[in-house]
Amino acid sequence: MEEESVVQIKDLYLNFYTYDGVVKALDGISFGIRKGEILGLVGETGSGKSVTSLSVLSIVVPPGRLQKGQIDINIKGKTYDILSLNDATLARVRGKYISMIFQEPRAALNPVYTVGDQISEVYFHHRKAELLDNTIAQLREDLKKASGLRRTIRKADLSLFEKMKNNPKSVSLRLYMKIPLLNRFQNRIKTEARKMIVQILKSLNIPDPARVIDMYPHELSGGMAQRAVIAMSLACNPMMLIADEPTTSLDVTVQAQILLLIKDLQKKIHTSILYVTHDLGVVAETCDRVVVLYAGNVAEIANVFDLYKKPLHPYTQALLESIPRPGHKFVSIRGIVPSLVDPPKGCRFYDRCDYTQEKCLNVEPQLVEVEKDHFVACHLHYGGS
Amino acid sequence: MENLMTVEHLKKYFPVLGGVLRKKVADVRAVDDVSFQIYAGECFGVVGESGCGKTTLGKTLIRLLSPNAGHIFYKIPQEVADAIRALEKDNPKSRSLKYLLREYDHAYISGSRLRKLRRHLQIVYQDPTTSLDPRMLVKDIVSEPVVSQGLIRGSGVIERVLETLQMVGMGEKHLYRYPHEFSGGQRQRIAVARAIITKPEFIILDEPTSSVDVSVRAQLLNMFQDLQRDLGLTYMFISHDLSVVECISDRVAVMYLGKIVEQAKTEEIYKNPMHPYAQALFNSIPIPDPTRRRERAPLSGEPPSPVNPPSGCRFHPRCSLATNTCEHEEPPLVDVGNEHYVACYALSK
Repeated sequence: MEEESVVQIKDLYLNFYTYDGVVKALDGISFGIRKGEILGLVGETGSGKSVTSLSVLSIVVPPGRLQKGQIDINIKGKTYDILSLNDATLARVRGKYISMIFQEPRAALNPVYTVGDQISEVYFHHRKAELLDNTIAQLREDLKKASGLRRTIRKADLSLFEKMKNNPKSVSLRLYMKIPLLNRFQNRIKTEARKMIVQILKSLNIPDPARVIDMYPHELSGGMAQRAVIAMSLACNPMMLIADEPTTSLDVTVQAQILLLIKDLQKKIHTSILYVTHDLGVVAETCDRVVVLYAGNVAEIANVFDLYKKPLHPYTQALLESIPRPGHKFVSIRGIVPSLVDPPKGCRFYDRCDYTQEKCLNVEPQLVEVEKDHFVACHLHYGGS
Repeated sequence: MENLMTVEHLKKYFPVLGGVLRKKVADVRAVDDVSFQIYAGECFGVVGESGCGKTTLGKTLIRLLSPNAGHIFYKIPQEVADAIRALEKDNPKSRSLKYLLREYDHAYISGSRLRKLRRHLQIVYQDPTTSLDPRMLVKDIVSEPVVSQGLIRGSGVIERVLETLQMVGMGEKHLYRYPHEFSGGQRQRIAVARAIITKPEFIILDEPTSSVDVSVRAQLLNMFQDLQRDLGLTYMFISHDLSVVECISDRVAVMYLGKIVEQAKTEEIYKNPMHPYAQALFNSIPIPDPTRRRERAPLSGEPPSPVNPPSGCRFHPRCSLATNTCEHEEPPLVDVGNEHYVACYALSK
C-alpha cells in the first residue's frame, strides 16, 4: 500500500493551544492517498477534517501546533516529509504538486484583483519558464513579419526576454523593469499568460472566458467563482488536489455541475483528490475510498461500496442511519462529541455507542485491517470476530 | 383539511436604485405573482435554489416585508374573501374595497392590528449565531416576544420561559447564559423556543437545519415534528436540502426565479416531478448509495438575474422542451390532477 500512495500521513498529532486548554484536534491520524483515486474524508464539525487537509499542505496556523507525525509526499519517485521542508521549498511544492480548493470561493478569491490576475499569479510563480518560451517563440514569429522601427523594438524585446530566461538577475534587465514606458515590454508575457488562462477556463465550461477573465470576484456567481478557484488550483496539473467542501456553499444543481467537472478533470489529468465533506450523498457519488474521522481519530477506512454496504464502526453505522429517509423517523446520534480538551481515555465514541464493552472505556482502539482494504478502529472487530 | 392561509397573486419587488439622484431604475422581482394555500396543521415545503425568492416569500407571509400587490387571507371568513375578489374585479377603486383590505387582508393590515397578529405568526431563521443577540441572556431572548406583546407580566414570565425551554429540550440551568456558550444545535433550540413562546399557529422555518451537523440535524427535525404534533402548529419549511424537505413536508412547492413552477403532495412530486426544472432539481440530489451512481447530465448554466427575468416562461433559456410559445407567454399554474399543479406549456398540452 505504501509504494502506490502519493501522500502518506503517518501518526499525525496536532494540538490547539487555547485559553480553555489544549485541544487535541488530531490524535494519531494515519492514512494514505493512492495515485489517481478520489479519497473522501468524512466527519462532523470539529472532527479534524479541515485541519488534516491543511496539514497536507503544511499549513498549521496558530494556536494550532504540530506535536509529531510525518506526511510523506512522493514527487517524481522521491519521498519528502512535507512537514519538515523549509518555507522556500514549500512555496515551490504548494500549488505546483499539491493544490487546494477551498469551501467558500468568494472568500478564497481576492476581491480587489480580477480573476485573470489571480490565476496568472500561479503561472508566473510555477510555470514562468514555459511562459517565457512561449513569449520568445511568439516574438520570433512577429520579428519575421516586422520591419523598420518596429523590427528594432521587437529585437530589443527579444534580447530582454532571452536575458530574463537565461539570467533573470542581470543588471540591465532589472534597470529596464524599473523605467516606466520601457518596462511595458513585459506586457507580452502577460498576453501569453492570458491565452493560457482562457484555455483553462474554457476547459472548465465557463461561458465567454475572455470576458470572465477581466471580471472581479463579486461579479461572478457562486458556481462561477468556484470554477475560477478550480482553474487556479489546476493551473499546474497538480498530482494531488485537496478539495475542502468545495460544493457546500453551492446550490444542488450547481453542485451537480461542479461534481461532474471534478470527476471529469480527475479522469483527464489523473490527479489524486482528497475530498473533504460531511455530505454522505456526495461521497457516495464521487469517492473511491472513504476515511471516516471522529473527534480527531480515524474511525474507519474502506472502499466506498463496502462502507455503505457493511459499515463496521458504530459511528459510521449511526452516521449512515442519520440520512433522512422518507417515511421513517429521523434517527440521530445521541449525546454530543466529547470535548477534545479532555478526551476520554479509551474509545472517544464510548458515550454515544450502543455496543460498549468494558475495555472500550480504558483502552483506545487501534486501526486494524479486518478485511482486505477495510480498516476499523473498534474493539468489536478485533481478532476476526 | 381546513384552510389556514390563502395567498393570491402575491408580488414583492425590491427597487434597484441608480444614477445620481438614486432613482428607481429597475425592480428585483423576488416574488412575482405567487398563489397557493396552506392548510391548518400541515407542513408546506418550499424548495428552490438560492435567489429564487423562498425567504422573501416567507418574510412577506408574516409581514416582515410588505407585499407590492396580492392578497394574504389568513383565517378570514370565505364570504369576505369572495367579497374582496368580486369588488376588485368590478370596482377596484371603491372605498369599501379599501376598507375590507385594511380590515381583513393580511397583506394590508397595519398598526396595532398587525401587532396583534404577529404573535400568531413566527419565524425561525437559518443561522442562530446571527439571529440571537449575543449580549442578551437566554431568558431575555426567549421572553422578549411575550414581554413586548404584553401577554404576561411579572413573575409569570420566567415560568413561561422555563416551560417553553423544557419543550425544546432545555432547562433551568440554561436560563442565565449567553448564546455563545451553546452549541449550534442548542442555539437553534433557543431560537425555536423564542418562536413558540407566544403560542403561535403558523411558523416559518427558514432553512433551520442548514447550519448544523448531520447528527444534530436529525434531533432538530424530530423536535420540529414533535412540537407540530403537540402544539398543533402549521409549518412552512423553506429549504434547499431536498432530502430533508421530502421527509418533513406534506406538500411541496418548487420555486424558480420568484415563481412557483410546480406544487404537489410530497410523494407525488418526488416520485413524479413534471416541470423540467423540478426534474433537473430532483435529479441532482446526490444519492447516498454508491451502487446507484448515475451518469446524469446536470442542468447547464445558472439562473438568470431576477432584475431582468426572461420573457414568457422564465425557465425557457435553459429548458430542453422550450417552444416558441414559451418564449412569449407565461405559463399558468394548472392542475394536472391529484392536486398536482404545474406551470409548463409542454406538459399542459
